[in-house]
Amino acid sequence: MATMAVKTGAAVSTTNACKLCAPLGAALAFRGIEATVPFLHGSQGCATYMRRYIISHFNEPIDIASSALGEKQAVFGGGPNLMQGLANVIRKYRPRLIGVATTCLTETIGDDVPRLLKDFAREQGDDSELPLLVPVSTPSYVGTHMEGFHAATRAVVAALAEPGPRHGGVNLLPGLVSPADLRHLTEIFREMETKVTILPDFAATLDGPALAHYPLIPAGGTPLAAIRRSGSAAASLELGRTLAGKDTAGGLLQQACGIPCLRLGLPIGIHETDRFLAELTRISGRPVPARIKEERGRLVDAYVDGHKYVFGKRAVVYGEEDLVVGLAAFLAEIGVQPVLCASGGTSGQLAQAVAAATADLTREAPVVREGVDFFEIEELAAALEPDLLVGHSKGYSLARRRRIPLIRVGFPIHDRLGGQRILHLGYRGAQALFDTVANALIAAKQDGSPVGYSYM
Amino acid sequence: MAKAPIPILAERARQIMVSGDPGAAMDCNKDSLAGAVSQRACVFCGSRVVLYPIADALHLVHGPIGCAVYTWDIRGALSSGPELHRLSFSTDLAERDVIFGGEKKLYRSLIELIDRHQPKAAFVYATCIVGLIGDDLAAICRQVAKERGIPVLPVQSEGFKGNKRAGYQAACKAMFQLVGTGDPAGISPHSINILGDFNLAGETWLIRDYFARMGVEVVANITGDGRVDAIRRCHGAALNVVQCSGATMELARMMEERYGVPSIRVSYFGIEDMSDALYRVAAFFGEPAMLARTRELVRTETAALLPELEHYRQALAGKKAAIYVGGAFKAFSLVKAFRLLGMQVVLVGSQTGTAEDYAELAAITDPGTIIVDDANPLELSGFLAARGADIFVGGVKERPIAYKLGVAFCDHNHERKECLAGFAGMRNFAREVYASIMSPVWRLVPRQETAEAAVASEEVR
Repeated sequence: MATMAVKTGAAVSTTNACKLCAPLGAALAFRGIEATVPFLHGSQGCATYMRRYIISHFNEPIDIASSALGEKQAVFGGGPNLMQGLANVIRKYRPRLIGVATTCLTETIGDDVPRLLKDFAREQGDDSELPLLVPVSTPSYVGTHMEGFHAATRAVVAALAEPGPRHGGVNLLPGLVSPADLRHLTEIFREMETKVTILPDFAATLDGPALAHYPLIPAGGTPLAAIRRSGSAAASLELGRTLAGKDTAGGLLQQACGIPCLRLGLPIGIHETDRFLAELTRISGRPVPARIKEERGRLVDAYVDGHKYVFGKRAVVYGEEDLVVGLAAFLAEIGVQPVLCASGGTSGQLAQAVAAATADLTREAPVVREGVDFFEIEELAAALEPDLLVGHSKGYSLARRRRIPLIRVGFPIHDRLGGQRILHLGYRGAQALFDTVANALIAAKQDGSPVGYSYM
Repeated sequence: MAKAPIPILAERARQIMVSGDPGAAMDCNKDSLAGAVSQRACVFCGSRVVLYPIADALHLVHGPIGCAVYTWDIRGALSSGPELHRLSFSTDLAERDVIFGGEKKLYRSLIELIDRHQPKAAFVYATCIVGLIGDDLAAICRQVAKERGIPVLPVQSEGFKGNKRAGYQAACKAMFQLVGTGDPAGISPHSINILGDFNLAGETWLIRDYFARMGVEVVANITGDGRVDAIRRCHGAALNVVQCSGATMELARMMEERYGVPSIRVSYFGIEDMSDALYRVAAFFGEPAMLARTRELVRTETAALLPELEHYRQALAGKKAAIYVGGAFKAFSLVKAFRLLGMQVVLVGSQTGTAEDYAELAAITDPGTIIVDDANPLELSGFLAARGADIFVGGVKERPIAYKLGVAFCDHNHERKECLAGFAGMRNFAREVYASIMSPVWRLVPRQETAEAAVASEEVR
């Protein structure tokens, strides 16, 4: 394997980034909207590379259109290509919405996308077939894919949500979670007999069944009608402990339509899931159903069964900030010490969020680092002597070099099947994570034993 | 099977033809159509593909994080030694750098990374944004080269400046600055450079072994398992043996012009093309003993291989294959390889083929075969269904299209883990095609149910 050299302190260069760029996040969010085609205004390579990256995780087609700008357009402006591209997407895909995200190229040449979209709509005249055109500014040199994800979600809400008499349903803005998580959230709301609009929801569009025909646009996604009604919901639940003060969809709904926005951590582990369900109960007035309580009970039982194998182990956790916070909360409650919580993101809130989610559960405060790459993660990890890594599959080379187990969670999972089926959320997600973590540690101990053993 | 109409945009109609149609000609080598969801990448991608396997060089992407991160270790490109190429280096330009210029950050990043890793050379890739903000890549590279005493080579690979093919040229231009800077003393008169193989699954090692058995010295592999020092002295080789659709053709052309090194173009895929490649190299040197060794090599390898292939042929005869690959040259070999397996090619296409490439494809395919340039998911899926393909050969972006429709798939691109070149590669290829097509899972897919329902309703009538 490639080697990492000695500690150099804060590096100028980036080695093996622990983040992706904003347009990718926007494309993922747009994929979770009904009958929508994600469209990147930039050069062809961006769309193709991001498709490839997303495909390798979800094992699912994802068509991302591009305005395919060349040198001439880079000099004279990308407007004509954008128009032509939109027309072609409309002719071929018949979408109901096109999410147009900018890239570093078009941000820098200064294309005014909102104006271009208005021009395009005007030129099409009163064509009732015309899809909604939703622009979002996602220069790839600002923030990470999470900024792009939240910006696209917000842009869709800005374009569609209408205020109106309250209908009692809940808007759930879960952030970047897996299709399995999205399905589980849907189920929880069904069991709580509470109407919910999950935005975005790519449970079906990025984890669909085998088909006889290639769909123009995969079925599923948050219904446009439901997004319209999001402006008259009882409340919004926005998941993510690092979102405070950010300009998000939940914040916009609060500001523009007066919908109260509650921010909670991702419900990973028992404590965070308890908080999530308590809020749901408060909003809906319905108690947590017996079946979910039973799940919690079995999980506590499992925690007890396995506590010895995990207690005191040291974990390095990395990935998207909100996911890192949730994972740290989960690890702390099972007795694993998160010794390093790291992210390529730079919200400025990671340390505080980790502290809030793990308070009273850990004996030493984890080292928390924002804006890091895997070079720095490895430098830090060297001194912290972790027993396991918890994060996406880009930590593999680090895990291999240090010969410690990697618990694959989040996005992207490029070296295993089933990234889209990893369940992180709710008691059931915690159960899956707990078994995986405990078994990885047991396997490591078993493999390292001179005789091996056949009972734990 | 019910056939949905294949949605082809009018502007693309001339980039699709049917083999055997009178007067069929291909409109190709144009920019991808906006909104068409092309499978193509960009200039930067083309450069990365070619240069990435040089394992003892530093590859620094000057741009925002995406370009580096989406190309981090995505290709096999195995190395027998250093693995510096597997790390993803970026200047990770932020908004402030875009406004005030990224030259300082580039300079500091280069110094930092060179001091940290002590590479033999550094390649610095320009991305879209660098082309726009006008950072003087060449000047920074010159300065760092002087200060650190290694070649630091700018790669003018701004994404928007054409398609992947332009990226190949940018890569070749960057490498050409290395060629001729090393000492060619001691190189055998029977020597070659291997150009255009990227050692994705150990292919370069296999090919080198064949040449060794013939008595040919390989000076440099460009770029699979590549080394800077080997490239520096590769002008001392007697012949450039160039594989593929021109990723490294430009380098061969420049070397012929400046150093008088002639080149031949070959393919290592399939028995026919592999043998032909070895014989042509032997013929170039015109040495009877070498020719005899080559005959022996081909005889030994094919004698071992053919009986095994017969087993696969019996199972696969009459099955239909679809091919969509980056370069057309690989498509030629695949058409022949499928024919060897008794299979029929119903669709063949490439991202970057030339008019001559497509004329060649039309000549070697059966009448009725669809030939397509710069396709997209809707066209590809439409043709797969319309022609009833049993297997689709392509890259990772094509895989989910095939799988979603219940069609078998074989990866013949940068991410494959199976060696598909040479005689051993033909065996692996046959095995993989067999394993892909014969899996019982296809009995369960909706496409099969639809087909069975269609047959059943025919029978009822």
